Amino acid sequence: MKYQSQAVAKPYFIFALALFVGQIVFGLIIGLQYVVGDFLFPEIPFNVARMVHTNLLIVWLLFGFMGAAYYLIPEESETELYSPKLAWILFWVFAAAGTLTIIGYLAVPYATLAEITGNDLLPTMGREFLEMPTITKIGVVIVALGFLFNIGMTMLKGRKTVISIVMMTGLMGLALFFLFSFYNPENLALDKYFWWWVVHLWVEGVWELIMGAMLAFVLIKVTGVDREVIEKWLYIIIAMALITGIIGTGHHFFWIGPPEYWMYLGSIFSALEPIPFFMMTVFAFNMVSRRRREHPNRAATLWALGCAVMAFLGAGVWGFLHTLAPINYYTHGTQVTAAHGHMAFYGAYVMIVITMISYAMPIMRGRPNGNSPQAQTVEMWSFWLMTIAMVFITLFLSAAGILQIWMQRIPESGEALSFMATQDNIAVFYWLREAAGVVFFIGLLTYISSFFVKGDEVVVAD
Amino acid sequence: MAERFTKSMARNIYLGGSVFFFLLFLGLTFDTIQALPERDNRENLTESVAHGKKLWEENNCLGCHTLFGEGAYFAPELGNVYQRRGGEISDEAFIGFFKGWMNAMPTNAPGRRQMPQFNLNDQELEDLAAFLKYAAGINTNDWPPNIEG
Ligand code: HEC
Ligand code: HEM
Ligand code: HEM
Ligand SMILES: [Fe+2]
Repeated sequence: MKYQSQAVAKPYFIFALALFVGQIVFGLIIGLQYVVGDFLFPEIPFNVARMVHTNLLIVWLLFGFMGAAYYLIPEESETELYSPKLAWILFWVFAAAGTLTIIGYLAVPYATLAEITGNDLLPTMGREFLEMPTITKIGVVIVALGFLFNIGMTMLKGRKTVISIVMMTGLMGLALFFLFSFYNPENLALDKYFWWWVVHLWVEGVWELIMGAMLAFVLIKVTGVDREVIEKWLYIIIAMALITGIIGTGHHFFWIGPPEYWMYLGSIFSALEPIPFFMMTVFAFNMVSRRRREHPNRAATLWALGCAVMAFLGAGVWGFLHTLAPINYYTHGTQVTAAHGHMAFYGAYVMIVITMISYAMPIMRGRPNGNSPQAQTVEMWSFWLMTIAMVFITLFLSAAGILQIWMQRIPESGEALSFMATQDNIAVFYWLREAAGVVFFIGLLTYISSFFVKGDEVVVAD
Repeated sequence: MAERFTKSMARNIYLGGSVFFFLLFLGLTFDTIQALPERDNRENLTESVAHGKKLWEENNCLGCHTLFGEGAYFAPELGNVYQRRGGEISDEAFIGFFKGWMNAMPTNAPGRRQMPQFNLNDQELEDLAAFLKYAAGINTNDWPPNIEG
């Protein structure tokens, strides 16, 4: 570790991984509820467990991004973090707010939670991914402001690199677009329109900047390729991300009220959205093949390459499959969407955070050359278990989705099967998804266990 | 990448491209907002509907259902439940169905997906029904493809 204060990233990463475990446990619960409809009912209804699953995902990714920033920004800026103490305080504030919110979801009915947290004063709850109480949202904003101040001041007093500027821009965009979660008009069409300013402009906009910066950072470290080359790639990748992704928001405006022209704009621009993801894949493989050193942390390199490939598959390929309006007319809101959501989130954002953890964590634990070969072997096993399991989850959900469309959507009214009847007919794929989910969970536990594997220290002859 | 393509060219494409397309997006948003009154059924957005939307949110119906294809995929689409469940015949038919449905939950049918009992009073159920009727009146470019949603 070049700067002492980078170590503040460690609690962020550890907490992120703990929440990740929670996310998957609840994923398995809702996966089972899909086929055993009364499982845990009425104690934990599906919507509650789902909320825990998705909100834990978002929150642990945010912890991951913050940890990554606390590690990356001082190193890029070549200076200590402006205030490690502030970073610690915000860690506890965010961890407490997150934990209380999850407890709130599980302890009381959602309507009660809305009541006791004063949703009446500023109603923002009850919309997908933004279910957290308004006061939690305000807490998130405060944490984000303190965080941006901290890393912003660090950047101001140090060297400004392209990577740190892109990372900072992405994080500022993240905070900025989150503010739209406070806008919840009574008009449903307007509500939905601006809801996507949070969700789409995050994952297909500013988060791509964060991902690009993190990928570039790790690639510089593990390949030793010239910074100039990497930075040029980074610029062009994020250029394509925003050029396609901003108007690409239109692929969500087909069926929620806005005018017809969005069908053309949304289809055309979002059809180009795979380009930046494809470029990330080319970029990662290119840099690794032009590497100027053999970094002993092979696991981190594997995660970086895997991330680029899986992001392209999940976001690029599976996104493209249903993004054209005439196709989306049938796939919209089916299991095809769930298939894509899973692989895209895993491939892009879960894997980039793990890439960073895989690279930085050993260094923070006093192993500058990465974990022992034994630990890395375990970690690489976990990579394959989780990644292959996710591929199967995606395939099973896609199959379920295609059959769902076939039975429920394509036939005329009167001939089409009802939603519930269709679900019964495709239950086998939900069972298979659940099985793949169990493998995913085993992979995750393997990953966690790799942190505890001892083994031989890595020494490199310089 | 060719050597003639420099980093500062890449940066300019990024800055120029993102600013241009963001401004375009703002312009299109402005246009959409101008066009929405014709499409979003706002003339029927009554007090009761607004209250219904709040109940919809505070009970997290979207955590199991989709509304216009957005939400969770565990339970039926409700953007057109008005048409599917009696609204084509009359308002009363739909409201009757809806109240009956909400009061009958949960089914407790073994192994079947369950919807909770929300303990809403008569007025609240009418507001929720009004909200679903209002939603059904929004112009969604003919989505969903058929009545099953
Ligand atoms: C825990 C999940 C869950 C939540 C939360 C939930 N529902 Fe449901 N809902 C279901 C399920 C499952 C069905 C289908 C039940 C069946 O067919 O046995 C259903 C069916 C319905 C139907 C009948 C649809 C049709 O076409 O037959 C209506 C209407 C409905 N729900 C309204 C609501 C409203 C309004 C809310 C919020 C106050 C809500 N639901 C919250 C799970 C849920
Ligand atoms: C890493 C980037 C991405 C992530 C994390 C992601 C995630 C998601 C998620 C979670 C949803 C479901 C939203 C909901 O609940 O309603 C969704 C929807 C969608 N995504 Fe992506 N996505 C990504 C990139 C892309 C790309 C690049 C494309 C297009 C090429 C795309 C096309 C779509 C479409 C068309 C929908 C709407 C599905 C529907 O109609 O139901 N996504 N995405
Ligand atoms: C890292 C791994 C995972 C990620 C990133 C992830 C992400 C997500 C996301 C983004 C959604 C919302 C989807 C949407 O609206 O389209 C979701 C929903 C869901 N996830 Fe996961 N998930 C993961 C693992 C799992 C596992 C292992 C299971 C179960 C075996 C699971 C089961 C579910 C279920 C059942 C839903 C609800 C789908 C619905 O709305 O009906 N997830 N998950
Ligand atoms: Fe999108």
